[in-house]
Amino acid sequence: MNDITDITKAMHLENSQLENPSRRDFIVKSAVAGGGLALGLAGCATGTEGNAPYTGPVTEINSWVLVRPNDDVVIRIARSEMGQGTLTGLAQLVAEELDADWSKVRTEHVLPGQNLANKRVWGDMSTGGSRGIRTSHDYVRRAGAAAKIMLVQAAANEWKVPAGELTVDKGVITHKASGRSTTYGKVADAAAKITPPELKTIKLRDPRQWKIAGKPVKRLDTDDKLDGSKKYAVDVTLPGMVHAAIMDCPVFGGKLVSFDQSQIASMPGNPRALRVNETTVAVVADTWWRAKKALEALPKVWDEGPNAKVQQSDIMKHLATGLTGNENVFADTNDGDALKAIAGAAKKLEAVYEVPFIPHVCMEPMNATVRLSPGKAECWVATQNAEASMATLSQTSGVPLNQCEVYKMDLGGGFGRRGGNQDFVRQATQIAMQLPAGTPVKMLWTREEDLGHDFFRPIQHARCSAGLDANGNLVGLHIRVSGQSINAFAAPAAIKNGRDIRQLQGLWKEANMFPNDAQFGYTLPNLRIEYAMRNTHVPVGAWRGVNTNHNGIFAECFIEECARAAGKDSLEFRRALLGKHKYHLGVLNAAAAKGDWGKPLPAGRHRGIAQFMGYGSYSAAVAEVSVNGNDVKIHRMVLATNCGHAVSLEQIAAQVQGGVGMGISTLMSECSVRDGRIYEINLDKLALPKVQHMPKVETVIAPTFDFWGGVGEPTICVVVPAVLNAIHAATGKPVRHIPFNNGMRLV
Amino acid sequence: MATLNINGKSYEVNAEPDTPLLWVIREQVGLTGTKFGCGIAQCGACSIHLNGAVTRSCVLPLAAVGPNDKITTIEGLSSNASHPVQKAWKEIDVPQCGYCQSGQIMAAASLLANNPRPTDAQIDAAMTNVCRCGTYQRIRAAIHTAAGDTARAAEIMKNEVTVV
Repeated sequence: MNDITDITKAMHLENSQLENPSRRDFIVKSAVAGGGLALGLAGCATGTEGNAPYTGPVTEINSWVLVRPNDDVVIRIARSEMGQGTLTGLAQLVAEELDADWSKVRTEHVLPGQNLANKRVWGDMSTGGSRGIRTSHDYVRRAGAAAKIMLVQAAANEWKVPAGELTVDKGVITHKASGRSTTYGKVADAAAKITPPELKTIKLRDPRQWKIAGKPVKRLDTDDKLDGSKKYAVDVTLPGMVHAAIMDCPVFGGKLVSFDQSQIASMPGNPRALRVNETTVAVVADTWWRAKKALEALPKVWDEGPNAKVQQSDIMKHLATGLTGNENVFADTNDGDALKAIAGAAKKLEAVYEVPFIPHVCMEPMNATVRLSPGKAECWVATQNAEASMATLSQTSGVPLNQCEVYKMDLGGGFGRRGGNQDFVRQATQIAMQLPAGTPVKMLWTREEDLGHDFFRPIQHARCSAGLDANGNLVGLHIRVSGQSINAFAAPAAIKNGRDIRQLQGLWKEANMFPNDAQFGYTLPNLRIEYAMRNTHVPVGAWRGVNTNHNGIFAECFIEECARAAGKDSLEFRRALLGKHKYHLGVLNAAAAKGDWGKPLPAGRHRGIAQFMGYGSYSAAVAEVSVNGNDVKIHRMVLATNCGHAVSLEQIAAQVQGGVGMGISTLMSECSVRDGRIYEINLDKLALPKVQHMPKVETVIAPTFDFWGGVGEPTICVVVPAVLNAIHAATGKPVRHIPFNNGMRLV
Repeated sequence: MATLNINGKSYEVNAEPDTPLLWVIREQVGLTGTKFGCGIAQCGACSIHLNGAVTRSCVLPLAAVGPNDKITTIEGLSSNASHPVQKAWKEIDVPQCGYCQSGQIMAAASLLANNPRPTDAQIDAAMTNVCRCGTYQRIRAAIHTAAGDTARAAEIMKNEVTVV
């Protein structure tokens, strides 16, 4: 079961490729030389201008900021927009330092080939780990500030007055003493010729004084999502384009043996079957529907291999060995002697929790369009990491990187699926390599392919034990997590001496490889936290919130069990353990206050509470549920986040709501293994939340203005434990397995 | 060849009779606002109006549609996104990734055409499209807004975000 398949080998290559660029030192250099770049970028997809790209004159002030004669300011965005709103947030940060008129802010995407050609002046393009803003805020703000200095200096030169006498408001430069004023659009050409200031010496605005960032603004990229005009990668059309439908061996680790082209030769659309790689077959035709029909009709022979015998029950047994056995186990935290303290405690508790494989289900199924021409490779794709897409395009096609370009399109959902794993780019390239040079091919997966060949959130179980003294104080806590390692599958080099610290995300001690990123908040004299690596043959990967999802459930549902066993209030029990971690405590208190903790509820309603940390941010939630028979209704959730600096308030609220939507989906369905393959390969077998399931969500932002935390992922980890703890309050019984297997259902 | 009436225009299309209308619209006609999500009428990304009724086009064969049937796609719902549902979607800033929103808007427009002032329970029953980004709260508020029930919309949006 631990065999590494060919699929995983290929993925390892792709993952290692994208590790390297992100580790390169990146130095911001303003003012990219040459004027051609601005024009070169103007044709690519923009968030704000949809399908009518601007083709008029524009002046590049520096690599991030351009100004048009009509005073429109164009801000370049290097990160991928997948709905999370980073495009708007990053533009707010640049516009803030630039003192731009927000109503005149436009955006345009940077392409990875352009980034490469310009010595990565736009830095890391990877968009995952809730890093879009928290790892680029400094250099994008400096770029905005530098552009403002140059624009102001240009006005000062023209008027022959000291720049210090000028003020800027919404892109209008004023010299009060002489009553003169001008605009960014008028001085842009002169500004572009000024020597850029030293970026490091620029003093950035105190976030407490922000005027555009930190304020509620509408998204910049809504209009073309309302009338069908937005072009996603799946909508790309190119002259002479053909379409490909694809099927990978249904059993992970199996192989494609043969197929019979003769059986589809007479079908409409001129279908042609071809071997994509060792495991995959495709049919290319004049339309995708005809390609799909022919692919279904195509006789195929698979060698499913030994994994075809694997059942979900085998995987459950395998994980169970990690709950008690000592093979491949390490302790990350081992304070005091938890086992002894629990053994000697007045009251002992033990519980086993089970969390399944979970699929991403991006609404836009995986796809990519590739065109290989002599000396040029191009790809149109929805990607969270355009540089990894380009590396995959280059590596697969053999075309050197500097002759590749990836036209990154805004994503129809990402959630971690479209980042490190670039399998869709690899496949589309492998197909294009078998077509006449210059023929574009759009490869699109079915939903069945998408669910059957995801990189799933890994299955995890945990055994939690605790001891309470006679006064109900927690004297010892032992958490043993057993499950599949993402790194073992995707980045084995990250595992040092058999210790995969990543699987304990959110349960980390203070001092480790990711200080303060996802720290366990409770302080106990006797605490043991362990991870037993139990890998399976199922591909796994990052899924919004990654390992904080299950670790949040294990920690927060078991702490709830402890509080109840101690006869104490759930909030007070947690507060008493969080005294040394004021940020965890602060956000818990914020959620409790806004969530009316301790206040009366309508008859039949019950509350649950949870707190946890991930991606540099602190999260807590209060859920209100009612349980009628087996029907669980989530009425209201109040979620608090401290992300340090809050850049885009509306986007934070939207991301918190998104965390609730995805979080509660894990109560409704899972992906399970039958005969070595995924059973739930379409939405008739995989239930997802709809409007009716969504509670009223209230977001509380509690910024402390002293760090930069993530937003897209952190809050999801408290959603499920808060709901399960509310169900526990309602029924008196803990829920220890998701999705519900006790007859319960969300209504 | 078959003749279709889409957004008030007549199109001659060349596709097999069992081709789902979704793929005729996307690949033959070239209107890509209608999306492919699941192919089995579960997610609603492919929602269109067929003679005014919201219909999941990924399972509707071309053969089932005649030249006199009126097909409306998201591109034909209004000119300049002026339908009350589109305006409400903009006002509330509903979309995140946006991929499902064509279908959501078509479903909401159909609901309001049949029921100008739906209750929450009626919205729950009618709006069965999947949004993986979790825009459901804003969808609900936007439907009430489009219906003119600003009080209920405000109630839903109350405390949506608070800075403390």
